[in-house]
Amino acid sequence: MTRYVTRRLLLAIPVLLGIMTAVFLMIQLIPGDPATAMAGDKGSVEQVARIREELGLNRPLPVQYAYFLKSAFTLNFGDSIRTNQPVAGELRQFFGATIELSLAALVIALVIGIPAGVIAATHRASALDYGTMIVALVGISTPVFWAGIVLIYILSFRLGLFPISGIIGTGIRLDRITDAYVLDSVLTGNWLAFRSSVHHLILPAFVLSTIPMAIIARMTRSSMLEVLGQDYLRTARAKGLEDRLVVIRHALKNALIPIVTAIGLQFGSLISGAFLTETVFGRPGLGRYVVQAIGARDYPAIQGTVLVVAVGFVLINLLVDVAYAAIDPRIHYA
Amino acid sequence: MAMDVNVQSTRTRQEKTIVARPTVHSSGIDPTLHRAERVSAGLWRDAARRLSRDRAAVAGLVVVAALVVVALLAPAIVPYDPIDQSFRIKLQAPSTEHLLGTDEFGRDVLSRILVGTRVALGVGIVPVAIALVIGVTLGLIAGYFGGGVDQVVMRVIDVLLAFPWLLLAIGIMAILGPGIQNVVIAVAIVYIPAFARIVRGSVLSIKEKEYVEAARAMGQPNTRIIVRHVLANAWAPIIVLATLSIGQAIIYAAGLSFIGLGTQPPDADWGVMLTSGREFLRDAPWLGFFPGLAILITVLAFNLFGDGLRDALDPRLR
Repeated sequence: MTRYVTRRLLLAIPVLLGIMTAVFLMIQLIPGDPATAMAGDKGSVEQVARIREELGLNRPLPVQYAYFLKSAFTLNFGDSIRTNQPVAGELRQFFGATIELSLAALVIALVIGIPAGVIAATHRASALDYGTMIVALVGISTPVFWAGIVLIYILSFRLGLFPISGIIGTGIRLDRITDAYVLDSVLTGNWLAFRSSVHHLILPAFVLSTIPMAIIARMTRSSMLEVLGQDYLRTARAKGLEDRLVVIRHALKNALIPIVTAIGLQFGSLISGAFLTETVFGRPGLGRYVVQAIGARDYPAIQGTVLVVAVGFVLINLLVDVAYAAIDPRIHYA
Repeated sequence: MAMDVNVQSTRTRQEKTIVARPTVHSSGIDPTLHRAERVSAGLWRDAARRLSRDRAAVAGLVVVAALVVVALLAPAIVPYDPIDQSFRIKLQAPSTEHLLGTDEFGRDVLSRILVGTRVALGVGIVPVAIALVIGVTLGLIAGYFGGGVDQVVMRVIDVLLAFPWLLLAIGIMAILGPGIQNVVIAVAIVYIPAFARIVRGSVLSIKEKEYVEAARAMGQPNTRIIVRHVLANAWAPIIVLATLSIGQAIIYAAGLSFIGLGTQPPDADWGVMLTSGREFLRDAPWLGFFPGLAILITVLAFNLFGDGLRDALDPRLR
């Protein structure tokens, strides 16, 4: 186990270096001079000169790469062209909100997706099965940004059940610790802020959950169908165990392993989906930040976001892999 | 192993579930040539028969065919000029005159959706085709030759997979600039890893087969072996992946247009139409509703057909 974890960690290093190189090349490949691009249209001559110095642009390329690595490791991405604030600080500020949205969506996807898949599998070829799978296929085929627009119109504009946009009610004070609003309101015991931030979170989290939910439901169904045909389940039934117990204790437990893998694979799409969802719901977060940065050709902000999210994504996958190795005793990792 | 659905996660799911099913295949030197070809044709004929019995898949195919017809005929069948502005009739609700209403510039929404079909099919099919050609080539080379080539190709693929799809696309578009051609390039790059990995996997198993060994022993050149024997037996999972990717690519491209990176106004594009639909949601909900519905129907059609194709080509997965 320790050996596996070590190996997995070592394997992540070339990927991380690859990400750094790709992002470094990204700025190099932007047409024109990188320093001018990083300073923006309104950048002064001094700013361009300072950035040129910081990036080592008058040095050979390998030295520039070393400069870049140094600034990446020290999280120094320069100042945003759009806001004039250090990019690192802004990313830190938006990170929590995006993670909170993604995790909330994942929880909703699991809570609805797994039971839906189990029900479909245990009622194979029934109307219930077909119905669930049709809904799942529609779920996979629906763009999150459209689902968001439709639900905002019906539930917020028409029925007034949810706020139209934002992350917390205006005028509600909340001391920020992690910048994840719901978590912060719990940590500070601020129940007013808690109610408001949860209220603002439900709809976007549900919208974001639709695609992973559909995928998890489909995975659960096929995984359950495979397990339900196994001999040990017949044995369990034969010894007189209640049906529900057989399904949950024996079948689902074993069917869960491929589902866990599927969940690990959802993070990338969750993050991409979260970016679009934040745009639709006007929620502050990494997604809205990078979308605004694109509009302003704010290269330091784009570079910083791409780098931080890609590295974060690799680390999350690393964690999932390690957790997976820990829970699945059947697989030996050489 | 890090991957992403819708983009990447479905990608991997597909890679896992689609297993190459090599058949006995004809080789120039095979004495049982005739019989072998019959078996190979039989695989496809069987699949076609299974597919034609799958009502959902047939429905998907019919809708796809209808969309292709609409895309081809769009300029002839649109009721109004899709970019003709008329502020007198802006933001009109659906009526008999404008079946799906008008937008903030008084343009006919139905006409714009019909014309947008071209863009939608284009951004679905073209990037996947590019990714297929490049990815399959890379996968064949990596899998067949192994060693250092394989290492280099797969490490590059690993890095591409380390980016969530939207981030990768944003990074590429930051270099190339906005525009629909660049969306096509970005989405193509997003899909290359999926094709490369699935082909490499197939090649690794196929190249151990006796018929490949026989061809090699006969002194056939590598390119000929790769094309005639390896690729010929790896097609099934590639086609399934391509079909299922088209629908997803349409969603990705619409997403990029939605955040302002894709088609530039005034051209008609479903993703761009959704952006203005969001702006005028309160007063003109039809603006955002219909283009999104068009995306949903198109993607669903490709997914229905792709699911059916997968079941037909690999009956074990039913």
